[in-house]
Amino acid sequence: MRRVSLDVTDLAVYYRTLRGDVRALDGVSFSLADGEIMGLAGESGSGKSTLAKSLIRMDGRMRRIRGRVELDGTELPVDDQRAMVPFRFHEVSLIPQYAMSALNPTRRIGRMIRELIRSRGIDYTAVHPELLRRLELVGLDAQVLDRFPIELSGGMKQRVVMVLSTLLDPSLLIADEVTSALDVTTQRSVAEALAGFRDRGFITSMIFVTHDLALVHQIADTIMVMYAGRPAEKASSRTVIEAPRHPYTRMLLSSLPEVGVTFSGKRLEGIPGQPPGLLDPPEGCRFRDRCPLAFAKCAEEPPFTEVAPGHWAACWKVEG
Amino acid sequence: MRRYLARKILVYALTFVAAVSINWLIPRLMPGDPVRTMLSRGSAGDPETMQAMRDYYESVFGLDQPAWQQYINFWTSLFQGDLGISVWLFPQPVTGILLDAVPYTLALLLPAILLSWIAGNRFGAFAARSRWLDNTLLPLGYILTATPYMWLGILLAWGLGVVAGWFPTAGAYGFSSIPGWNWTFAWDLVMHWFLPFASLFLVAFGGWAIGMRNLIIYELEAEYSNYLEALGAPRKLVRRYAFRNAVLPQMTGLAVQLGTIVAGALLTEIVFGYPGLGNLILQALNNRDFFLLQGAFLFIVVGVLIANFVVDVVYVVIDPRTRTQMQGGGA
Amino acid sequence: MSDSAIEAKAAQAETGVSGAGGVRWRDTAHFAVRNPKLLIGAGVVLALLATGLVGPLFIDNPPNAYVGPKSAPPGGGYPLGTTSFGQDVWAQFVFGLRATFLVGLVGGGIAAAVGMVVGFTAGYRGGLVDEVLNMITNIVLVLPALVVLIIAAAYLEARGIWLQGCFIGLTSWPWVARAVRAQTLSLATRDFVDLARMSGRRAYKIVFREIAPNMSSYLFMTFILLFGGAILIAAGLDFIGLGPTRGVSLGLMMHSAVSWSALSGGMWWWFVPPGLGITAIVGSLYIMNVGLDEVFNPRLREL
Repeated sequence: MRRVSLDVTDLAVYYRTLRGDVRALDGVSFSLADGEIMGLAGESGSGKSTLAKSLIRMDGRMRRIRGRVELDGTELPVDDQRAMVPFRFHEVSLIPQYAMSALNPTRRIGRMIRELIRSRGIDYTAVHPELLRRLELVGLDAQVLDRFPIELSGGMKQRVVMVLSTLLDPSLLIADEVTSALDVTTQRSVAEALAGFRDRGFITSMIFVTHDLALVHQIADTIMVMYAGRPAEKASSRTVIEAPRHPYTRMLLSSLPEVGVTFSGKRLEGIPGQPPGLLDPPEGCRFRDRCPLAFAKCAEEPPFTEVAPGHWAACWKVEG
Repeated sequence: MRRYLARKILVYALTFVAAVSINWLIPRLMPGDPVRTMLSRGSAGDPETMQAMRDYYESVFGLDQPAWQQYINFWTSLFQGDLGISVWLFPQPVTGILLDAVPYTLALLLPAILLSWIAGNRFGAFAARSRWLDNTLLPLGYILTATPYMWLGILLAWGLGVVAGWFPTAGAYGFSSIPGWNWTFAWDLVMHWFLPFASLFLVAFGGWAIGMRNLIIYELEAEYSNYLEALGAPRKLVRRYAFRNAVLPQMTGLAVQLGTIVAGALLTEIVFGYPGLGNLILQALNNRDFFLLQGAFLFIVVGVLIANFVVDVVYVVIDPRTRTQMQGGGA
Repeated sequence: MSDSAIEAKAAQAETGVSGAGGVRWRDTAHFAVRNPKLLIGAGVVLALLATGLVGPLFIDNPPNAYVGPKSAPPGGGYPLGTTSFGQDVWAQFVFGLRATFLVGLVGGGIAAAVGMVVGFTAGYRGGLVDEVLNMITNIVLVLPALVVLIIAAAYLEARGIWLQGCFIGLTSWPWVARAVRAQTLSLATRDFVDLARMSGRRAYKIVFREIAPNMSSYLFMTFILLFGGAILIAAGLDFIGLGPTRGVSLGLMMHSAVSWSALSGGMWWWFVPPGLGITAIVGSLYIMNVGLDEVFNPRLREL
């Protein structure tokens, strides 16, 4: 077993709203090994984006209720904006889903990068050669630094963001639906470039949030499927696609005409019912109401346990 | 960029044509004989002057000619800088009267617009996302921008002028002052200038501060801001970028608001009896001096068009997006 | 559905704000009754509206009648004192409020209607129609409204509040047209509009059934701003002496006060109430609008 890079224990993050707490993330535990690329999948509202955000920058409405996040043995103060700053960019970094508009439109790209690097107290001249080298690696020449974002194509901006986000060799990279705005061929090259970054050691491990199982299983080592704020199943990509054990994962896969169809945003036709509201979620297994296998015991919450080596699931029927 | 400016110039040229046509059309659309209406309150007493005036205006209107001929004549005299002769100050030409008033209006407008824009932007950016300022001073901004220009002028004139006695409340300089290049007279000018300037400045300031505050909040929510913060950029850098991006729509806002501020200056001049275009408009209305009124209208429209064009040019210079397209580097 | 729409939906789902219509309205109402800016703004506007509607019922003489002593300060039978002609300032004020609301309604309504028609047409039709409408919009936008109105009003022998409102409406629509056009452009490419178009629905039906409802909150807020703007422009015209030739308005009160030396005479009760009334109405409208923005736009809500 490789060294554990990220270790999340029983993390619960709620959104505070005037009508009460929305339990967007309610007891999530998993770990990420060094060098692991984990695909994070789930319907909208499953908590996958909340999880991604929680690991780098919570927004003002999010509150950590309980749980612990450790990165390389150090606890991440995820709900303390100020204390999180030293970790950001250096240890944890982000490629946002809005990479097309992530660059300040009124600064030349080079100047923006220089100002950002310097504002983090880093000597820009020391980083500059590496920046150029990595830009070249993704097929951009040094001239892009003299350009304004509007002068670049979407794919070019995406690559600039990829290089910038990983420039300080972070331990953990969160790629949040990075491919959803791209066309199919670009999606693939972006995903492969990110896997290449891991291979070259620019990043140690990565969480790849997506709703495209076909894409993610090509580059990810493992896939974690979330449902209604909790993990349903985590296993190697191959196992999740070919031999899923959680009834939700199975229905999710069988409801898609073929692997590769995106499912987020639409209610799944194949699974009757809809996810429970997270303002006041039911006790026990949250998939119970839609699950064909549900039985009396499902009124208790199933633990997320290792059902086979490297294979976790939260379901009473899977155990044993 | 050249296309952008060319388009703007076309719009301004058409606007000018529209303004001149309005000027030509309105008196002819109204019921009754415009010449008689104009002279009904004519100030000249003796019948000889009256007759001279009547002859002059009838020849200028040229109502016996076909409409297209009247329209062409109108443009011809306009290009000769001839806006007709004033009824109120017969037989002075309107152009001269207006040119004498323009410096006063500009002296109020230019500092009020520039200073309120700069100060309002600074203050709005400062107040944004500071809960205390947001809750105390921004309602004040909304109230300022909702204040009718003339009412704030009246209040200042009454409070600081009549009651406190710190400032004079009428005219551009005192009755006893002799215009000349000396400090006494300059000081007198400044004292008379201050209150009308201050009321213009304050109302406009409220509007800019609110606009900037809202834009900054919007920019701080923008994706490039979120990305910077996710990479741990200090608040200072994020805010600096947000400010720079918010200034651009404020520039556009400046162009849109010019008409309103100019109108505000006219009203303020009337309150303070300040001898600019606003005061001339009031005199023109009281004396049914339509030539003077229309001349003032044209002057104001041309001024607003020029100011708009200046804003356009500055915008092109400071917005990299329009600038880079000019270099042909667009993606 | 476009990606951004999906993301918006996803974000809503994650915060538990469901997209279902009924729930959204309940949600809006929920935030509306808890928004102090909206409540205070609407409260002041409604209180002044009520004063303007009910107040005149208790006044026996016409507002311009010479009823009392000249230049009397507030007190006695005249809560706001009298003018230098002995007119009751309170009577003028309540009638003036009525006129102010009327001109705001007419001016704001016409400007909103024209702006929406132009904006929807330009944005939805595109092409040459868009070019021409855009040009007209830009021309009217650059012309200083008040100055155009002065020219037009100067030639009219008799002027009424309705006519004034119409004139104001016809000069203050351009920015609405611009904004509506931009929003229509972005909505017109959405899938649900495409669907309606493919199913062969008529253009105006698509605009009013599919596009307008999606920007209804925005249109409402626009109307509020136009309402306030019309009131300010009307006050300016009245102040120059181009207000309604008969009757009374808050702007006319200020005009008379300044014309008849209320300033040097220290008769503050003559010029303070009308300006205060206008400022209170327009300021409250603006503050109410900020509140509405927070209610309609979840990102601005303070939690």
